[in-house]
Amino acid sequence: MDQRSSNLLEEAIGLDNHHRHQAEDAAAAAEWPLSLKVVLIEDSVETSGSFVLHHLIKRALSPQSSNVIIFLAFSQPFSHYDRLLRKLGCNLAAQRDSGRFFFFDMLQLQSPGRNEGKTSDGGFCELYRRIQKTIASLPEKYKKQVTVMIDDVSLMEVAAFGSSQHVLDFLRYCHTLTSEFGCSFVALNHEDIYSSMESPTFLLELEYLADVLIKAEPLATGLAADVHGQLTVLNRGICNPTGSFVSKIRNFHFRVKENTVDYFYPGSRT
Amino acid sequence: MAASKTRTSSFSRNLSSVSSPQTPPGVKCGPNGTFFVSSGIPDLDKILGGGFPLGSLVMVMEDAEAPHHMLLLRNFMSQGLVHNQPLLYASASKDPRGFLGTLPGPSSTKDDKSRNHDVSEQEKGLRIAWQYKKYFSDNQQIDGSRDGKQEFCNDFDLRKPLERHFFSGQRVDCVSIKESSNLNALHNRFSSFLAQFPRNEGSISCAGRIAIQSLCSPQCEFSNKDWDMLSFIRFLKSMLRSANAVAVITFPPSLLSSSFCKRWQHMSDILLSVRAIPDEDKELGQLLTGYQDMVGFLNVHKVSRINTQVPVILEATTFSIKLHRRRFLVLECLNQAPIDGSSGSSYGTSASCSGSSKTSAIDF
Repeated sequence: MDQRSSNLLEEAIGLDNHHRHQAEDAAAAAEWPLSLKVVLIEDSVETSGSFVLHHLIKRALSPQSSNVIIFLAFSQPFSHYDRLLRKLGCNLAAQRDSGRFFFFDMLQLQSPGRNEGKTSDGGFCELYRRIQKTIASLPEKYKKQVTVMIDDVSLMEVAAFGSSQHVLDFLRYCHTLTSEFGCSFVALNHEDIYSSMESPTFLLELEYLADVLIKAEPLATGLAADVHGQLTVLNRGICNPTGSFVSKIRNFHFRVKENTVDYFYPGSRT
Repeated sequence: MAASKTRTSSFSRNLSSVSSPQTPPGVKCGPNGTFFVSSGIPDLDKILGGGFPLGSLVMVMEDAEAPHHMLLLRNFMSQGLVHNQPLLYASASKDPRGFLGTLPGPSSTKDDKSRNHDVSEQEKGLRIAWQYKKYFSDNQQIDGSRDGKQEFCNDFDLRKPLERHFFSGQRVDCVSIKESSNLNALHNRFSSFLAQFPRNEGSISCAGRIAIQSLCSPQCEFSNKDWDMLSFIRFLKSMLRSANAVAVITFPPSLLSSSFCKRWQHMSDILLSVRAIPDEDKELGQLLTGYQDMVGFLNVHKVSRINTQVPVILEATTFSIKLHRRRFLVLECLNQAPIDGSSGSSYGTSASCSGSSKTSAIDF
């Protein structure tokens, strides 16, 4: 029971289908269900959604899968993720050394918008080229299983001095990677920044790109010690037996702990 | 910190905290490999679970009409000076150094622990409390891991100015952000200040403090360049992450557009806001005990989450700011006044509580 309830998120994203392959050969089991997909995580000041990102890192680097992560960190240094993921049971430093986790420290990245004369977006072009090069240099068995992760997109906008067009261009380029190499793409963004805007083009564009949209929101009744918030997962790319695509919305509560996150349906906790 | 240690088990945290208890005065070990410095207000330290973690960015949202954020800022600065930690203070005033003269000094140890929340308590009661003083300090010693003489957190007497010798040294740097038209100069100033406190494996030699008052105030020429300010904050945060320092920024949220205000809030590790209370709000006065001693409210919106993913859920997020004996800053949970026995009034008051827009912002 506990095992199942902790997998509500994976079920909603579509990560849980590896049990189907259990009988089949190892290669099929290792297939990454998120490949070719864009996952967007949205959160707010009150409720951070970064734990979803951490979960996906852990999941992608788990021994069963043979995924490679390219992580663009705009908000936290490596030591933060390392410490955090170690508590979740994933040794990032070791994964980095073994070439499955590529950490791009973007804390100091400053796009050249600072010197007003230039309009070119050198910082992001450079970054994109680095990502491409990294993927190209991967051994063949990893090439099809790359996840690009961004933490977080709103800080990219700051790095670009507010020219969200540059950021969008970059994200679209990254999106093309999904078709070119079969990558998956995971990004974290803060929704409440855009909630007061009349036409939040940037957010809408992002949401348009996303195949899976995960929203972390505080409870309407305020934060509680045993329920930290609620997740709404919109999964657009579910293929039903008749062959058409349907989207599915799941809604559940979560409680974040050091080494795991509990997911449960509203009211199923006493 | 632990990045270079490749293969360590999950037990490493305990090991490192055991092997590196030699923190300088005013710094103590916290959970998840963090180190705390004190905010200068003992109650705030307690609320935040130990203090401000090194490497964090603290933001205080000001009340546009009241200077309550200055109380937090002054205590934070004084605490650093008392611990002989280098300080960089930036404000939009012409002579930021003059502000140092208004800092509160630590109260003499005689008054120190006699602090009792009930003002009307008799002298006798106080003396009894004094006899327990040694036990109190014992307790603090355990959780504070301080070296006998210097306390992790002092009580500051708001009516006693800080002695000159604390800030006459060269360890205090004052910058006026009014003069600089762009943030590049500030950029360099801050990075050279923070370069003094590189973070290296385990040991901490010294901790620095940065206090910025009203970063987006209209006196600064850059105050209309929203993206410049944001990227400055982002730069500051990334510098802090690799330094043993804490920065406190106060800003008036009403001067920012709401989406930028959210961006600023997302930048912060610890987010507080202060609010004055209206002079004669009878309704509120009836509702809360000790209303006459309150000077304002403090809201805790965000508690730092460095090296962990678990959010800290506080029992209460609104605290009343009180000046105890007009000297000491005290934060207390709000206490709902007992409703007097006259029949029917209980429903009446509770209805007025939920009905009025003023009190609905307060959670009990």
